[in-house]
Amino acid sequence: MPLMVNEKCIGCKLCEKACPFDAIHVVEKLAVVDLDKCTLCGACVPACKFDALKIDVKRRGAANKDDFKGVWVFAEQKKGKVQSVAFELLGAGRKLADVRKSELCAVLLGKDVTGETARLFHKGADKVYVVDRPELENFLDEPYAKILDKLVKKYKPEILLAGASTIGRALIPRVAILSNTGLTADCTGLDIDPATGNLLQTRPAFGGNIMATILTDLHRPQMATVRHKVMKELAPDTSRTGQVIDVTDIDAADLSSRTKIANIVDELEKTVNLTEADVIVSGGRGLRAPENFKMLEELALVVGGAVGASRAAVDSGWMPYSHQVGQTGKTVCPKVYIACGISGAIQHLVGMQSSDVIIAINKDPDAPIFSVANYGIVGDVFEVVPQLTTKLKEVLKK
Amino acid sequence: MNILVCIKQVPETTDVRINPETNTLVRDGVQSIVNPFDMYAIEEGIRIREKHGGKVTVITMGPPQAENALREAVSLGCDEAVLLTDRAFAGADTWATSYALSMAIRKIKDFDIIICGKQAIDGDTAQVGPGISTFLDIPQITYVKKIEDIKPGFIRVERLTEEGFTAIESSLPVLLTVVKEINEPRLPSLKGKMKAKSLQIAKWTAVDIGANPEKIGLPGSPTIVNRIFTPPKKAGGRIMKGDAVQIVTELVGELREKHIV
Ligand SMILES: Cc1cc2nc3c(=O)[nH]c(=O)nc-3n(C[C@H](O)[C@H](O)[C@H](O)COP(=O)(O)OP(=O)(O)OC[C@H]3O[C@@H](n4cnc5c(N)ncnc54)[C@H](O)[C@@H]3O)c2cc1C
Ligand SMILES: Cc1cc2nc3c(=O)[nH]c(=O)nc-3n(C[C@H](O)[C@H](O)[C@H](O)COP(=O)(O)OP(=O)(O)OC[C@H]3O[C@@H](n4cnc5c(N)ncnc54)[C@H](O)[C@@H]3O)c2cc1C
Repeated sequence: MPLMVNEKCIGCKLCEKACPFDAIHVVEKLAVVDLDKCTLCGACVPACKFDALKIDVKRRGAANKDDFKGVWVFAEQKKGKVQSVAFELLGAGRKLADVRKSELCAVLLGKDVTGETARLFHKGADKVYVVDRPELENFLDEPYAKILDKLVKKYKPEILLAGASTIGRALIPRVAILSNTGLTADCTGLDIDPATGNLLQTRPAFGGNIMATILTDLHRPQMATVRHKVMKELAPDTSRTGQVIDVTDIDAADLSSRTKIANIVDELEKTVNLTEADVIVSGGRGLRAPENFKMLEELALVVGGAVGASRAAVDSGWMPYSHQVGQTGKTVCPKVYIACGISGAIQHLVGMQSSDVIIAINKDPDAPIFSVANYGIVGDVFEVVPQLTTKLKEVLKK
Repeated sequence: MNILVCIKQVPETTDVRINPETNTLVRDGVQSIVNPFDMYAIEEGIRIREKHGGKVTVITMGPPQAENALREAVSLGCDEAVLLTDRAFAGADTWATSYALSMAIRKIKDFDIIICGKQAIDGDTAQVGPGISTFLDIPQITYVKKIEDIKPGFIRVERLTEEGFTAIESSLPVLLTVVKEINEPRLPSLKGKMKAKSLQIAKWTAVDIGANPEKIGLPGSPTIVNRIFTPPKKAGGRIMKGDAVQIVTELVGELREKHIV
């Protein structure tokens, strides 16, 4: 039996409470494991104060860990421009590399992208690996994964970070399998364990209701995708430069792809991309009618923000699905999130609760949205929002 | 067209609340359901069959009770079901989960399109779909919001991006992960419900799929969960009520002072 309870168990129930899968129950003062439910996730082991639980499994190890050095950041680019999430990762990666006393490298795949390397150095990179090929102009899962895997196998980084974007979450899982290593999804915290040197990868799971710290302890590289807007960019240091490594040993097989892009459509030209926006003004059922979203657009315009919506507003057909925030919509993390006439159901909260500042406007003083708000305004959106727009217009003009 | 749909059984609510006195998780009487995103995968699989013929096989890896999730999929219109169940699969991370599912799919052999959900609402990684396609060495298209065209050996879809969408063409076989926008899942039919009751569900163990014991379950997983804790609560916010003009003036003043806007 892989999860074992030993004689030190006193039936205190701490493990019962720690189990996310309802698989441990204390029966007659002894923890009993329901094998059909236990997933061996390991949450109970550190929860036990008496050292009574052991998972006794020998796990497959692969890499000779000492051969792997350096922190790598995948420099995601679109239309030849490195995306802001890559600069955030350089900020986080700089700290990790300093603790590990190793170098911070960016990996840039694309067409005519060599001009972007300067900005990567300014934001913390020591070295940039560039693969500049016409075939790599736009992201394609297969060639990007094959090339990244090839570089990983050749240069052996200890850590590889990428944005948890549409691209990152399609690409890095492929690379992790090819490189035979683990991958932690959508991290919001990264640290080095001082005792072991392992990367402590912290991420939300269960729709943001719990946090888990994940280790890739026996394999290298340790790979993680990281949520946008969580890590902080360094202030650019224009005096910094570094080494550009132009990767040329790429062959036709590396570049081949069974998928092909037929058309790229940008729908958000008129508005700001929700996940990139620094300010989001969101509306819910409390807005009552589609035309009332105009009011939110005006406020968003004043602060240079984007408009979001609750599922209730989307399902009513007031806003397109691409604006939905929440568990089945987008996860956003702006500097300011203004929730207007949104009750704050858990499925909505998980999509926005890590915003820096939350302002909620709701006429119901007991609305759950107030539990996550930094500023909770009890009032009528039709009164408060236009007022807010006018006032902000006034002060921001000056 | 032979379609494989991968589904996962998950707890009905991810709303694992915190007991403030003991600072522990509370989740009394939580039921299991089919991962909501997988309902769109099932629906899309059935729609492809309705248009192009063939059959839809639904597959899950999980404990014995995951059989209920398969029966639900059959009640909606899937033709066949496979349950991968074995203590040896327990503790699998996404690497080991994708490996086991890919070995089962190799055993099924005949397939044109594999459909997964965008992500599972408990683990939330969105990594199993791409993992399966990599182990099988087939192309993948994630975040699919629309299937535009299917012909023998060819598919054209729209993939959701941060800015809009990208139209992508691929050869078959291919693995797709689908988002909510793709369709409106149907309800079970009476005929489907009858079939779900009586259908013989194949149950495969690690040995049945020829899996390498070192690559499955906890032993085969490169990642481990080191610690689980509840997210730190936001510090108590400020509640403002009364005259709108006054509140807004106060709020904007404070936002300016703290350089928030
Ligand atoms: C599996 C699943 C996934 C889901 N995913 C999502 C998701 O991704 N995103 C999401 O948002 N929801 C999601 N939901 C739905 C969620 O549970 C809620 O139903 C939804 O968020 C409610 O939207 P709402 O707050 O706009 O509406 P309501 O809950 O109806 O709240 C409206 C609020 O407006 C207030 N109000 C009314 N009039 C005024 C006024 N004049 N001035 C001020 N306030 C006023 C009311 O007091 C009320 O609090 C999901 C649900 C499920 C089951
Ligand atoms: C708190 C916590 C955090 C975790 N974090 C990580 C992590 O960062 N990295 C990691 O590698 N593992 C992680 N795991 C383990 C991971 O949850 C399991 O491997 C799980 O079986 C699959 O991952 P998922 O739930 O994220 O599924 P996803 O990858 O989100 O699922 C996507 C799709 O794949 C298909 N699918 C997924 N699971 C199955 C299945 N069992 N049978 C059939 N189809 C399936 C479905 O179509 C589903 O919609 C974590 C586990 C816990 C408890």
